[in-house]
Amino acid sequence: MEISSVLEAGNYVIAINGDVDASSSIRLDEALAKAVEEGQQHILIDCIDLNYISSAGLGVFMSYIEELKAKNIRMVLFGLSDKVKNVFMVLGLDQLLNIMDTKDQAKQQSHG
Amino acid sequence: MDNQLKVPCRKEKLKEVRVFVGNLLQQHGIPDIEAGEMVLAVDEVCANLMIHSHNCNPKKSIGVKINILKGQEVVFEITDYGVGFNFCRYKEPSLDDIIKEKKKGGVGLILVKRIMDNMEFIRKANRNVYRMVKKLKIA
Repeated sequence: MEISSVLEAGNYVIAINGDVDASSSIRLDEALAKAVEEGQQHILIDCIDLNYISSAGLGVFMSYIEELKAKNIRMVLFGLSDKVKNVFMVLGLDQLLNIMDTKDQAKQQSHG
Repeated sequence: MDNQLKVPCRKEKLKEVRVFVGNLLQQHGIPDIEAGEMVLAVDEVCANLMIHSHNCNPKKSIGVKINILKGQEVVFEITDYGVGFNFCRYKEPSLDDIIKEKKKGGVGLILVKRIMDNMEFIRKANRNVYRMVKKLKIA
């Protein structure tokens, strides 16, 4: 799995490429921790090249929900494949996280 | 094609498990979303065993065996040796509690329970079998 983080017109975009599982989820956690530490207010998670996510990755997102709320940080995920999105839905996380289809929608959501 | 795989207890081997399960299900024409769920469930159980039962000791291994009854069901048997863990008795924590406590784990077996139609823990001597059945949707 590869992770890249870039500041893009007011949005901090974290792009995930590959599989987020028990062996790699720590790196997603580190990327999110860094964004929060830096005081980023608008975080977009680019999931276009996210091939797979297991509970370890979902757990990372879940563990930030409260902190983001408390710090008024917006996090929006976009570009999930049907297969990946289904995993969020099995757990009901699609109700607890902001998930959009496209990057444009995600940008709007993060500044809306 | 071979329906069995043995891997050492290293988290980096989980990908190999997923590819093995995914390929076999795909060869039997099981649709992507359904196959993806089953791959996830097997990955979750294997990850749990590697981490919690074997402390990621690469000298220990786990086995994965798949039997497909065409058009009916898929039977997964994950085996290891040592202290077993009755995964059927696992009590689901609530998502709210996990979020409030900012825990990063604890949802893996929730996913397995929601995905699989039947789970069974069989212990014989020192050998543990984690058996899961997924009924196939009729196309």
